[in-house]
Formats: sequence, structure tokens, C-alpha cells
Amino acid sequence: MNVIISYTSDKPLYLQIKDQIKEAILKGELRDGDLLPSVRAFANDIGVSVLTTRRVYDELEQEGLAVSQAGRGTFVSMGNLELLRDSKRRAVEEDMQKVIHHAKVFGVTKEELQKMVEILFEEEE
Amino acid sequence: MQNAIEVAGLKKYYGNFCLNEISFTVPDNCITGFIGANGAGKSTTIRAILRLIRTDGGTVRFWGMELDRHEQEIKDRIGVVLDDGAFYDHLTMAQMKSILAPAYSAWDEKAFRANMEFFSLDPKQKIATLSKGMRAKYALALALSHNADLLIMDEPTSGLDPLVRREFMDLILDFMKKDGKSVLFSTHNVSDLERVADMLLLIHKGNIVFQAEKDALLDGHKLVRGKKSELTEEIKKLFLTLNETEYAFEGVTQHAGQIKSLCAGAVVERATIEDIMFAYVGGEKE
Repeated sequence: MNVIISYTSDKPLYLQIKDQIKEAILKGELRDGDLLPSVRAFANDIGVSVLTTRRVYDELEQEGLAVSQAGRGTFVSMGNLELLRDSKRRAVEEDMQKVIHHAKVFGVTKEELQKMVEILFEEEE
Repeated sequence: MQNAIEVAGLKKYYGNFCLNEISFTVPDNCITGFIGANGAGKSTTIRAILRLIRTDGGTVRFWGMELDRHEQEIKDRIGVVLDDGAFYDHLTMAQMKSILAPAYSAWDEKAFRANMEFFSLDPKQKIATLSKGMRAKYALALALSHNADLLIMDEPTSGLDPLVRREFMDLILDFMKKDGKSVLFSTHNVSDLERVADMLLLIHKGNIVFQAEKDALLDGHKLVRGKKSELTEEIKKLFLTLNETEYAFEGVTQHAGQIKSLCAGAVVERATIEDIMFAYVGGEKE
């Protein structure tokens, strides 16, 4: 898993870290039952405070993506993976609605838009 | 989160200096950096919470217990490093250790030897012949040798060179690996804390200016630079501190996003703890 943080971003540190862990879960880099590093070790490695890593783990737990066991550590939990996928899908849908709105305003037809999506999609890959 | 130390309304008058009914906490499992200029009240505060000096009011609790009623139990769990190190100069380090060790129920001779070795200290050397840096190392070696849960350190790194400073901080991080450990660490050299602190406590002229999570401070404060010609009165108001030269401006702000939208050429950078500290206490003229 890669975790890269930026101190000049508008996004708070804990959110940057949480989102990157979620991404690693979605991509399958982290699997169900994987042990996450201890809050202290993780904090030292990425150069943030232990309060920040603890907050990340707490929120992942609240979102059902991690389970902590007293004395053993925090583990990845896939129980809510579908929920996470759904929420990501909703985010994509929302972005698409904006695109469609723009297309209508500027007179881009449905067919043209579909073409564009196809081309851009292939370019990304 | 439980607190290792809770200070409420602590007062101390000292000639024309006073600790002004200060309150703060040192949370468990955290390294709390205690920062402020020389003479801001850091040492007085530390001595007052350890009852090494008489206070004029306020309460101090360790793990919820009052020091006056549970002194033995509490001091057994605290490792202290003071900047002058209250040692007898004519003794060797081994002799001084023999005097101090019986005071602790959980003295760990093996840990002490390992710490002495780690710092390349010779137990047979007389304390009088130690340099300032060696004294600080010796004090830390002692403080880490009785399974303390809390380290209270007053300017422990002030006599150390940068390399030893780093080793010192690594030892502190090592200490924190176990659950239930806490550190209160005062320094005027805030760069020490950039890497290790979780919580920051800023004192100025006997008053606590803020107690905040280090990362929340770094999230909330940015260093912004831009062209002098683009600096308007509106933008000026968004800065905590602002430094203008003939060609550019630079300052610490809590509104980096807003400044960026008003001034397209502005560059946002990471503010250091020192920048942030200066933004709160450096501006006023004596």
C-alpha cells in the first residue's frame, strides 16, 4: 500500500490517509483480515501524529472497513465493501450528471458524449 | 482518552513573573511538546506540577490521582529529566545510580546498563566531569530504567548536538511503543518536535496560548508567498503574520484557500511549527 501525504493540500491529513487506505482496499491491495500497522508505527513511518492515525482507524471502524481487537490491533474488514463501492459509484454518477448538464448547455449530443467517454476511457487505460 | 496529567488553575508568583492560573492536560499515549520562548514559564510549570517549588494555587492530577495524596505511587511511575540534573557532582554515575535506584519499585538494572551503553557513558566516570550533553544523556538513561509510564523532561536536548538529538528522540519514540506511555517534553528548540510530537502546548508570559494536536495545527496553518503587487488590504486581513519585502510577501494564515482564490499567483507551502509559534507569540514588541 502506498500512502503519500501532502502538507500543502486543502484536504486534512487524516482524510488524505483514510482515503488512500480505502483506495488500497478497493484495489485489493489490502484484503479482509489483514493486520494494519500499529497506530504508533504507522504514524512514525508516514510522519504524522499518533492522534491522526488513531482517528483514521476509528473512522474506518465506524465505516465498517476495519475491526479493532483489544491487544491485537486493527484488521481490515470487508463487511462493508459493497457499501463503499456503492458510495463510490454514487460519486461517479454525480460527476456524470454534471457532465450531462454541461453537454446539454453546450449542445453536445448523447451520441457525441458517448463517443467521448469511450475515447477517454481507453486513453486512461 | 485518559490523561496522564491534568493541571487546573495552576498559579505561581515569582517577582514580576506569574503563572496565570494555567490549565492543560497531557493525554495518555501521546508525546506532548511544551513550547514557548525562554522565560515563558516552561520550567516553572514543570517544577510546579512536580511540586519541586511551592505553588500559589491550582490542582495537579496524575492519572486522576492527586500528587499530595499519592506521591509515592505517582513518582514511582514518572521519569524526570531536568535541565540541570539534580546530581551529586563528586559521585560517579554508578554511585549516583545506587542512591536513586532503591527509590523505585520497578528498577531495571539491565535496562540501565543498556541505556548507558547506548549513550556510550562510562558508569565509573565522575558526574563533575560530564559535559552538558552527557548529563542529559545520563538523566535520560536513569529516567528510562524504572519502567516509568510518564516522562517529564525540561529542555532535555538543549545541550546536545543534532546527531545525538536524533538518537535521543529515537529513544523517546521507542519508549512510546508500549501502550499507556506518555511524555511531556519542553523545548525552545521546536524543530525537535516537528517529527515526534502528537500534541503541542504553547505558553507565553505565563499563559497557555493553545493546546492543540500537531497535525490539526499543520492542517489549519499554511505559509503563503506571493507577489507584492497582488497584495490587497483584503488579503492582508487574512494573515496571522505577514512579512513584506520590496518584491514579495510571505506570511502564516489559516485561510490559505481563500487567499489562493483572491490572489492567483500565491504559492501555498507547509508552515513549520516554528512559523506557527511565531505567528501567535512573535508579533508583539517587548
